[in-house]
Amino acid sequence: MVPEVEFTSYYGRAIVKPPPWGDLIASYLFLGGVAGGSGLLAFGAQLTGRKLLCRNARLGAIAAVSIGGAALVADLGRPDRFYNMLRTIKPTSPMSIGSWILTAYSGGMGVAAVSEIDRLTRNRLPLGPFRGLLSFAEPVGGAVAAAFGPPLAAYTAVLLSDTANPTWNAAHRDLPFVFVSSASLAASGLAMVTTPTRETRPARVLAVIGVAGDLIGTRWMERRMDPVAAEPLHQGRPGTLLRWSERLAAAGGFGALLLGGHRLPAALAGIALLGASACTRFGILEAGINSAKDPRYTIEPQRRRLEERRAAGITDDSITTVG
Amino acid sequence: MVNSWNPVRGGWAHELSGPTDPATDSGWTEHEARRGFFTDTSICIGCKACEVACKEWNRNPRDGDLELTGWSYDNTQGLGASTWRHVAFIEQDAARVEQARESGRRLVDLGMPRIGAPTADAPVDRTPPDTAEFRWLMASDVCKHCTHAGCLDVCPTGALFRTEFGSVVVQPDVCNGCGTCVAGCPFGVIERRSDGTAAPTTREGERKGEQPKVPRRGVAQKCTLCYDRLVDGQTPACAKTCPTTSIKFGEHAELVAAARDRVRELHEQGMPEARLYGANELDGVGGTGSVFLLLDEPEVYGLPPDPRVPTADLQVMFRRAGFAAAGMVAAAVVAFVGGGR
Ligand code: SF4
Ligand code: SF4
Ligand code: SF4
Repeated sequence: MVPEVEFTSYYGRAIVKPPPWGDLIASYLFLGGVAGGSGLLAFGAQLTGRKLLCRNARLGAIAAVSIGGAALVADLGRPDRFYNMLRTIKPTSPMSIGSWILTAYSGGMGVAAVSEIDRLTRNRLPLGPFRGLLSFAEPVGGAVAAAFGPPLAAYTAVLLSDTANPTWNAAHRDLPFVFVSSASLAASGLAMVTTPTRETRPARVLAVIGVAGDLIGTRWMERRMDPVAAEPLHQGRPGTLLRWSERLAAAGGFGALLLGGHRLPAALAGIALLGASACTRFGILEAGINSAKDPRYTIEPQRRRLEERRAAGITDDSITTVG
Repeated sequence: MVNSWNPVRGGWAHELSGPTDPATDSGWTEHEARRGFFTDTSICIGCKACEVACKEWNRNPRDGDLELTGWSYDNTQGLGASTWRHVAFIEQDAARVEQARESGRRLVDLGMPRIGAPTADAPVDRTPPDTAEFRWLMASDVCKHCTHAGCLDVCPTGALFRTEFGSVVVQPDVCNGCGTCVAGCPFGVIERRSDGTAAPTTREGERKGEQPKVPRRGVAQKCTLCYDRLVDGQTPACAKTCPTTSIKFGEHAELVAAARDRVRELHEQGMPEARLYGANELDGVGGTGSVFLLLDEPEVYGLPPDPRVPTADLQVMFRRAGFAAAGMVAAAVVAFVGGGR
């Protein structure tokens, strides 16, 4: 039984503070996911000889990771010091680990994308003696991007959850699954938009798996969260966004499954999938920001778990003591 | 179970949660005794001298637009990038006081860790303005300088560091203002500094109606435990100025012992509502460097009732993220191998 919690606060003032993260960070979550998933698709295409899919996934990935990285830097209080993140490695800081994942991924994908662009422009890039090197480095770059793609898609979940933010923290067990699913369906969606259907079959399969993971993962996540900490996911703008995410994901998933062999419907389904992923990222980010603005989301779940521990006879780990 | 990366100290899990010595964990081989505060709110008179002393010593700029809140005498509202001490004011009627006393008795009945004789309900000391019908709570809040500090753990640049005194300090010339620490603090203390006011009032300058230039804009800021004073053997400005000794500064171990004595004393004086906040090293943040004596539940003062440093669950989070990433790879393999042409 869940003990009843009585709720008081200091003039309704919030306890934890929301981080200064807005649409730029939400965009980064989305674009980082697109890049992470595209890294896998491009590598699969590279290995199975799907030239168009490989090229388009690489170009999409490098665009996503460049814009995403720029958004991340622009959101800093002192963008001129962004490189301070790359002057140390801190295992306890997901932001630190993440900036290294992002760097490694960008390096690999950068090499792969440069060779694609060089091919597209018929060797007009001023590469000089490096062109020979590039043909050797290109597959390696693709492999590096594939290796760091899934971590790039997953670490942002830890970045949000490893905080005192009531909603993000309560989701810490299952948010990574939602984020990698969202990344998979978004990258697949992009491939369905950019690439002729004869090469997109793997992308469509990945899209369907991603949609299933996203829909099931989100529900499972919410069921395991404290009910009060989960509330911001259903209210206001984040609530609307997450409802649309579900609809768009379902529509895109069915589109990919049933009509993915036709160019136009496949592209429309791809757009729906990209929209679904964007809605998920903006919705989850904003829900967390909202949960930090109302003391209820901090106090009620904490009171409840404290009472539960006390009811179970654990009384030595409270921050409040009588001596 | 524990990943031992330093076999001599038996692993590093204790660096994420549980009782420990924070300065040693941070690699100080020789260091000062841990310093901290014991803030005894039962003798605070709400003069806000600590707020002023802190602002002056640290040259912190104005915070907010100087509005009147109607929250008793509190127009400061809370801790933030430019407000490192905050005095809370709470007015309570007889029913609320009785609730506070009841919750205090409950703590005792639960057999919470305690020293000393059980409470006898003696007649209560009611110094004016307190009456049987009314009481006024005042409490000076500050950064907790946690044993396991969420802000410090999640900082990607190393701008936040643990000093030889066991306190947690930002290096403003290293911080790039990513704001992760703001989300990492379970107490809502640290904040990224903006110009602090709404746009129309921020004319910069030294003349009347103008505001001096805001220093350290865009970087995270919070109480330093007056690191600059400690290295010179001085007491922090807020404690030095406190006229009632409500803010006591000193060696952490001694302060905790004094705090326990004070709770016992208040219980003997018939105030079962007295309790400590942050004195338990088994709590979710490994105990705090700033310990408080409160006369009601923590949330009444705007403090979290059961804070937990987020990095205590970091191993779980990274493991789950690893599974998720592996699942993503598996899905891609299925897509390319099982998907056919
Ligand atoms: S109270 Fe917050 S800002 Fe202060 S040390 Fe603890 S986590 Fe850091
Ligand atoms: S804002 Fe500054 S102090 Fe805070 S986590 Fe980022 S770099 Fe570290
Ligand atoms: S210790 Fe120094 S910085 Fe911290 S609140 Fe007191 S005066 Fe301000």
